[in-house]
Amino acid sequence: MKRVKAIKAMAIFRVTALIVPILFSFNSLVFAANPEMQEVQPAAASVEAVHGEAHPVAATEAETAHGDAHGEEKAGDVIMHHILDNNVIAFEPFGEIELPKIVIGGFDLSITKHVVMLWTVSAILIALFAVAGGKYRKMTAREAPKGIANALEALVQFIRLDVAKANIGKGYEKYLDYLLTVFFFILLCNLLGLVPYGATATGNINVTLTLATFTFFLTQAAALKAHGIKGYLAHLTGGTHPALWIIMIPIEFIGLFTKPVALTIRLFANMTAGHIVILSLIFISFILKSYIVAVVMSVPFSIFIYLLELFVAFLQAFIFTMLSALFIGLASAHEGHDEHEAGAATHH
Amino acid sequence: MLTSGTILLAGSLLSPNPGLIFWTAVTFVIVLIILKKIAWGPIISALDEREKGIQSSIDRAHQAKDEAEAILKKNRETLAKADAEADRIIREGKDYADRLRADISDKAQAEAKKMISNAKDEIEQEKRRALDVLRNEVADLAVRGAEKIIKSTLDADLQKKIVDSMIQDLSTKRN
Repeated sequence: MKRVKAIKAMAIFRVTALIVPILFSFNSLVFAANPEMQEVQPAAASVEAVHGEAHPVAATEAETAHGDAHGEEKAGDVIMHHILDNNVIAFEPFGEIELPKIVIGGFDLSITKHVVMLWTVSAILIALFAVAGGKYRKMTAREAPKGIANALEALVQFIRLDVAKANIGKGYEKYLDYLLTVFFFILLCNLLGLVPYGATATGNINVTLTLATFTFFLTQAAALKAHGIKGYLAHLTGGTHPALWIIMIPIEFIGLFTKPVALTIRLFANMTAGHIVILSLIFISFILKSYIVAVVMSVPFSIFIYLLELFVAFLQAFIFTMLSALFIGLASAHEGHDEHEAGAATHH
Repeated sequence: MLTSGTILLAGSLLSPNPGLIFWTAVTFVIVLIILKKIAWGPIISALDEREKGIQSSIDRAHQAKDEAEAILKKNRETLAKADAEADRIIREGKDYADRLRADISDKAQAEAKKMISNAKDEIEQEKRRALDVLRNEVADLAVRGAEKIIKSTLDADLQKKIVDSMIQDLSTKRN
């Protein structure tokens, strides 16, 4: 029996001794086997340079400087290619769709990948809520919601009560349409970025800037409505002595814009960062050319980050909506600034 | 990684794209309008309605509870009152019965006494009458005896004395 065990142990040892080096060096073996690959890649880089993507000069420079670094450079390019907007929707193994370039009056109104994602989101949202809305139209007050209506109701009710009502207070109904739309729009944009072939439209600063601009206008409208033009202008002076106005007015004026800019950067950076982290983790295994790294590090860690991203998708949609509601609430608060803020603080 | 950092900073991530801004704005506004029509309107109104329904149900339940409590209280009061009434009636009935019994027995006793006294009176009267009759009879007998004695002896004086003493005897015996 002892001998059998020893043989077994020997066999396991031999197999691992055979497999581990292969796993470590499989890629390099392949690379070593066909040296044409080394030449193909600079060629690919030059093709990219022709296309005008990324920074061809920097890329070629980096490659000539140290030949091994070209993998790293390529990873950066691929990551940026995934994050950035472009005119192509790629369905990797099946081919890609070229999107039309539209230029009207000197403005580039091309339909880009992110525009397509926005439209996909819109289509899904409208389809989803057409079903849910139809159910509610048919439902009497005595009936309990079921299925999709019930699932969406939880979110709608959350935005309505815990976000809009809690932060805006009286008259929150007017802003409810915007807050609900922005929440579901951002949420779905975030989630579609996590789907294969999808792209994160909210990871583009132009999209988040536009959404934040809507919040900005709504905030200003709420402030104007609550305080009137006189009160609005008086607020710009910060309630200080006229001698200080020359300092206060620019500060308050800049302060108006910090809120939407913060909203813009927060959403954009969060969505972009998550994707860059996932792609970087995956590319580590390509850069190191090792299956071990892929199995031990890249895949589990990127799965972890992916799950985190799922959470962040909800979190960021919530935060954007929440802060929009908070800004509107603060702008329309009647003198009771501190009271309102205290109320909002106790809620969270 | 350093080079990708350079790309990040070079601005392609932060570069403005008016086309995308335009399309985002248009898409968002259209979605907002459509969703407001098809979803938020009906959903929010349904939620409001349900909230109101729940509130009114709660209110009604509270009202019903209050009413029930009031009715219970009233019932208890009525019950207590009825109990007291029953007690009172029983007590009164007992009192009345006692009084009635006492009355009846008093009356009966009085009647009996009256009857007894009546009977006594009658007996006395009868006795007196009987005595009178007896006295007359005795007088007759005495007269007849005297007649016989007189007829046989005719000793007037002696006989008179005898009769007198005899009468005397009778009267003393009677008394």
